[in-house]
Amino acid sequence: MKKIVSITLISILALGALAGCGPRSGDTGTGNETAGSVVIAGSTSVQPLSEELAAAFMDANSEVSVEVQGGGSGQGIKAIQEKIADFGALSRNVKEEEKAAVTKEIVIAKDGVAVIVNSESKVDNLTIEQIKKIYTGEITNWSEVGGEAATIIVVSREEGSGTRGAFTEITKVLEKNEAGEEIDNTTKDSLVQGSTGAVMQTVATTPNTIGYVSLGALGDTVKTVKVEGVTVSEETVLSGAYKISRPFLYVVGGELTEAAQFFIDFILSEEGQMIVEESGFIPVL
Amino acid sequence: MKTYEKVIEKIIMISAVMSTISVALITVFIFQSGLPVLAEYGVLDFIFGTTWSPTNGSYGILPLIAGTLAVTLGALVIGIPTGIACAIFLSEILPKKWAKAFKSAIELLAGIPSVVYGFFGLVVIVPAIRNYVLPIYQIFDPDISATGFSILAGAVILAIMILPTIVSISENSITAVPREFKEASLALGANKMETIVKVLIPAASSGILSSIILGMGRAIGETMAVLLITGNMAKVPGSIMDPVATLTGTIAMEMGYASPTHQQALFAVGIILFVIIMLLNIIAQFSMRGLGGKTN
Repeated sequence: MKKIVSITLISILALGALAGCGPRSGDTGTGNETAGSVVIAGSTSVQPLSEELAAAFMDANSEVSVEVQGGGSGQGIKAIQEKIADFGALSRNVKEEEKAAVTKEIVIAKDGVAVIVNSESKVDNLTIEQIKKIYTGEITNWSEVGGEAATIIVVSREEGSGTRGAFTEITKVLEKNEAGEEIDNTTKDSLVQGSTGAVMQTVATTPNTIGYVSLGALGDTVKTVKVEGVTVSEETVLSGAYKISRPFLYVVGGELTEAAQFFIDFILSEEGQMIVEESGFIPVL
Repeated sequence: MKTYEKVIEKIIMISAVMSTISVALITVFIFQSGLPVLAEYGVLDFIFGTTWSPTNGSYGILPLIAGTLAVTLGALVIGIPTGIACAIFLSEILPKKWAKAFKSAIELLAGIPSVVYGFFGLVVIVPAIRNYVLPIYQIFDPDISATGFSILAGAVILAIMILPTIVSISENSITAVPREFKEASLALGANKMETIVKVLIPAASSGILSSIILGMGRAIGETMAVLLITGNMAKVPGSIMDPVATLTGTIAMEMGYASPTHQQALFAVGIILFVIIMLLNIIAQFSMRGLGGKTN
């Protein structure tokens, strides 16, 4: 008897928990003068930041709902053309052929990646092309880029990491193949570490390594190399002189709704930019 | 008194039911999340594919399986002899009062968080392998270059981590062998070494084996420590100096930022891990039954 009771209990509880797994029904914003909904679609690199900003914004303004969708930078342009989003999110500059669709560009943040080597390395400066070739496995010896004769040990971040996304995109390690799919060509012979700290520790303690970390994490334990002759810093990233950096843009196709204007004002406020900084990006104010 | 007993009984029953439900739910959840990718990508392509590159849409986990098995096997090769020798030393050779101090020191190892082991490995074992083991390797193969992030590093750290399990369970089962066995053996003229090898260890074999199984389970499932020191290179390794990626390490590392399909693929990796552990457990239990039958 007890067995039956417990088995029934198990199945009921299990079913109950499974019921929670179904898809969530979408929120529909009810519009009046001050309330409304804002939809952002586009770059998956900007997405986490947009979500952080949206959450903080909605905490303060419960009448406005902000929905963040991914899809990629190209999708961001498409979304404003088709008027299915208020903002298209881009993690690159607007291309010439896209200019027609865009009436306004707003830079909400900047993202930069520093290239680091072991502190014993003789290499001070690398070009984007050299960095790309090192990471795709074409250049395998430090002597080819002005260092001592030693095998280059490439340290990378894990697949899906935002830092890896930014780095591979800007250095063109991530390239479209003939079929038009974006392929990450990072060499299979790279050590992979799952966090900025682990990359720093690996590069600091292992001779002949090269790695990349986001700007905020730089320390004295490793040597930061110049890229195309420019030292990485917040200033050089903001001015665009440092090449491994990218803007996070919101683009607009037509007129902004009141709610959308409200949201963008929040992002460009001190409070919004504080969130940008906390998320590991460079504020634009 | 009666109601009191009933309440206790119910509480115990609920606890038992809860743990069963947890297992059932976790199983259902892992399979529900991972099966779609497994079905779509093809189970054989998934298991035997040699390219793990989720952002490019390749989900071959052979390198990860090879990595996990290599590191675990390495840990067992180092850990089992050390652990059993240690257990014999504690139970048969060392005086009782010293054995107590030794044993609690070893059991303390179990309380150290695994990420600390990982960091220790990163700062001590990895450079040590590069500086001291690599030169020995280079005598035979001068072209080899290695960073120290390797199967060997993972195996050494995991061996240390599974020692407390192997030592304490083995020691208990050796101590639990009836006194008469030992006395009879000595009375027949066997010396101490012969008694240990031919009488005590066979008699305690089922306990020793279960300590090995538990240790192996810990080694396969360990994540944080190996994540930091094996280099996470998703390539089928050629030697113990090569870096490898493990199943658990890959899941832990990539889950955070994974896209939906990538995430499902990681759950599918979880399914494979689940199946591997189940298989190993079943095999181990069968072989234990075989051994148990012999000694009884």
